Amino acid sequence: MDYYLITAIKAAALMGFLLLTLLYLQWIERKVIAHVQVRIGPSRVGPHGLLQPVADSLKLLLKEDLVPPHVNKFLYLLAPFLAVTLALLSYAVIPFGPEIEILGVRTRLQLADLDIAVLFVLAVSSMTVYAVVLAGWASNSKYPLLGALRSAAQMISYELPLALAVAAPLLLANTLNLREIVERQHGYYFGLLPRWNVFQLPAPQIVSLVVFVIAMFAETNRVPFDLPEAENELVAGFHTEYSSMKFAAFFMAEYANMITISAMATLLFLGGWLPPWPASLGSNWAPTVLFGGAGALALYHGLNAARARDRRTLPVVAAGFFALALLFAVPRFHPLLVPPFWFLAKVGLLLWIFMWVRGTLPRFRYDQLMRFAWGTLFPIAVVNLVVTALLVAVFGGA
Amino acid sequence: MSDEISLPAETAARRLTLNMGPQHPSTHGVLRMVLELDGETVVRAEPEIGFLHTGIEKECEQKFYHQVVTLTDRVDYLAPLSNNLCYCLAVEKLLGLEVPPLARWMRVMLTELTRLNSHLVWLGTHALDIGAMSVFLYCFREREEILRIFEMFSGQRMMTSYFRIGGLALEPPRGWHHAVRRFIETFPSRLDEYEELLTRNPIWLRRTKGIAVVPLEDLIELGVTGPMLRAAGLAWDIRKAEPYSDYDKFDFEIPTRTEGDVYARYQVRLEEMRQSTRIVRQALEGMPSGRHVADAPGIVLPDREKMKTEMEALIYHFKIVTEGFRVPPGEVYQAVESPRGELAYYVVSDGGNKPWRVYMRTPSFGNLQALPAMIEGGLIADVVAALGSMDFVLGDVDR
Amino acid sequence: MLSRVLANHPVVAELAAQDPGALLDGKLDRGETTLIVAPARIREVCQFLKQRGFTRLSSITAVDWYPAEPRFEVVYHLHNLGENVRLRLKCRLTENESIASVSAVWRAANWYEREVWDLFGIRFDGHPNLRRILLPEDWTDHPLRKDFPVHGRRYGYAREEAG
Repeated sequence: MDYYLITAIKAAALMGFLLLTLLYLQWIERKVIAHVQVRIGPSRVGPHGLLQPVADSLKLLLKEDLVPPHVNKFLYLLAPFLAVTLALLSYAVIPFGPEIEILGVRTRLQLADLDIAVLFVLAVSSMTVYAVVLAGWASNSKYPLLGALRSAAQMISYELPLALAVAAPLLLANTLNLREIVERQHGYYFGLLPRWNVFQLPAPQIVSLVVFVIAMFAETNRVPFDLPEAENELVAGFHTEYSSMKFAAFFMAEYANMITISAMATLLFLGGWLPPWPASLGSNWAPTVLFGGAGALALYHGLNAARARDRRTLPVVAAGFFALALLFAVPRFHPLLVPPFWFLAKVGLLLWIFMWVRGTLPRFRYDQLMRFAWGTLFPIAVVNLVVTALLVAVFGGA
Repeated sequence: MSDEISLPAETAARRLTLNMGPQHPSTHGVLRMVLELDGETVVRAEPEIGFLHTGIEKECEQKFYHQVVTLTDRVDYLAPLSNNLCYCLAVEKLLGLEVPPLARWMRVMLTELTRLNSHLVWLGTHALDIGAMSVFLYCFREREEILRIFEMFSGQRMMTSYFRIGGLALEPPRGWHHAVRRFIETFPSRLDEYEELLTRNPIWLRRTKGIAVVPLEDLIELGVTGPMLRAAGLAWDIRKAEPYSDYDKFDFEIPTRTEGDVYARYQVRLEEMRQSTRIVRQALEGMPSGRHVADAPGIVLPDREKMKTEMEALIYHFKIVTEGFRVPPGEVYQAVESPRGELAYYVVSDGGNKPWRVYMRTPSFGNLQALPAMIEGGLIADVVAALGSMDFVLGDVDR
Repeated sequence: MLSRVLANHPVVAELAAQDPGALLDGKLDRGETTLIVAPARIREVCQFLKQRGFTRLSSITAVDWYPAEPRFEVVYHLHNLGENVRLRLKCRLTENESIASVSAVWRAANWYEREVWDLFGIRFDGHPNLRRILLPEDWTDHPLRKDFPVHGRRYGYAREEAG
């Protein structure tokens, strides 16, 4: 009974957290890109545009639910469902932290501790291509069809280097269980350099990480690989014919996939929730310092604000940050809060790279993208895998 | 088409006809293209224009000569001053009217700022088409400064109508040279910023090198002018070949490339921006003093002050406003180098106070005709790159 | 008039010598050379001029001198890039006369001739694709004619007229 109850609570918490993140990830992206592009970004709805995502979702919810007359209705409606469901499914196996004790109950910060979690995530993520292809095909329109074709080819092509890049750290970890993979990355070289897979001897997975990051841009259809929805060629690609919540579903799925794949990169290469430097050197206090610093910064700008409304809003933001800093300052909460903090910080960093790249790079051409996958990325991934296997075989892995 | 019937059924069936535009994000307005695709390859392309036809040429025939200036702004709305200049020069040639040096130099300076304005919009949208979103906004940041300068001069940001027959609409505003100087001092470093983002960016190079190449002879044959010809190796610039408005007194170079691809056009236009900055700097430093309009009563509106004190001035003002002025019969074909290429106004006068015919030889119309030659055989993604590199304005095409 | 133009223009002199009937008149006004060409000879004249260096067709347009007769002037602006010389050719046409297309001489002529057909209703014989270019396909008028009112006719579209 307890088991089901705890799982239900965890699922609800995860869902709530995830939906909020998805909502606000878009706001953060808009703000980040805006600042890259010397703009302000959303600023009208709520202080600093903080209610913009709410307004957007409300708008999309209340829009007329339009189904064009020429579509295959069943598949047309199935596609967005599929996209969201598959995008959210992966979170079932992703661990956010180690085993913790909360109110006397020991539990893992994870919904299901699957022994084949890595395979599960890969399988689910390769299913997402169905949503895209179905959307493009069921729309019965030319731009979506072209978009879906591109998408299918692209996602299948990049699946290979992605899977190969994943395989190499698995050789080091010798398990498919995500929690165990993270635990095997525990420890520090010279008491400082973390034993994350990306640094781990005998075969540091730096190349693998680079291949993984490039492939993850392609897998999530993001700039510079956003060809399936290249708006300047194919209008909106596979979701051209979708509107209201169905459009929002694709949008949500894209962001959910971004988070999943960033989480995978964190777990496989960057040591998951393990701190970048040992607790003996004060890594447990890093969140406090960070949030405290952010709070001080917000307070400083609030007191010296150029705009009148910042004088009111920024101190509130500062207070929020200080509260977080205080929360993290209680040593009792450290085992509970610090691991998820590091995990989310790493995921956030990767997400920020997504946004930064979007603000910087132009887009590949379709054939160049395919050539890049098969001609460059794939051989590199294969060589890396073979070298890793050799090194592990000779020097012994975990 | 008859040649399609002879194709094997299998090949013909694989073809897809795609209607691109008139509402499409990268056709820069309302261009419509009917593309025949084999996979992602464009087999045949047919541009359809006219969605923005406004009948400006017809309307010009109904207006007094001095009223037509405001219509010319609306032809190429990214380079209104080039159009103003071309029309004014044509009518002045018909009238045999000489404008004072200040007006000539001011015209050069502002037309070059217009070129920068237009090229900035081009660079921004071109980069946006290829996916580099930020460049677009950076370009618009600089364009904003140019528009502010235009507003300072004419009171308008875009539809300036600042050049009038016989000179300028208004005296140059006080402090204009500070604004222009501030702009040209920062602008070259901003150009370097764009180059840092694009010029050696491998993705940008892959998307633009070797794309949409048409041999120079074909380009000339198809009526292409401007930066596209220069990118294919022909150093022909009307500012040098047939200098107007004192352009022969300025020191600048005609940038050329020989590759003739999208990248070469990008390089040529960027270099043109640097050269334009040079011209603006020279104009700023050597700006002559004097009146801003020619001494031509009956053609140029008299000063406000004079109208309050002199009967004659008041009568001239009344006559110009109510019945215009008569232009001796004849015809003139005046060409200028607009940001897009050869812009020419063919003005025919029958001796009356309204032009008998104003024909606008707009560069975009001529250039767009080369579109099928550029994109047939390429990929859809190249269509977008080629369209961007052509830098057409649909108002300029459809008139 | 023609003789003064000839003296200034070696190519024109050559043209007049080769094809005496083609040039009807000419003038040199405000530094611009204009030749009046017999409409029947326009293609040959253009062919000759292109070979003599006028590789670029700058534009083709028309002027309606209604109510004078002959009503239309088709105006060709040629450009010799090598010598940087411009030349204007004119053909005078009556209302229902057509003229030979020069789109086989310069490919650029294609759209310009379509435009003249669209706006003036002058037909070009031998044009590969003489369709309207700016106005809708079902438009019946030619708006740049002087007898077309500037505000348009109330029922301009054939479809509306039928309905």
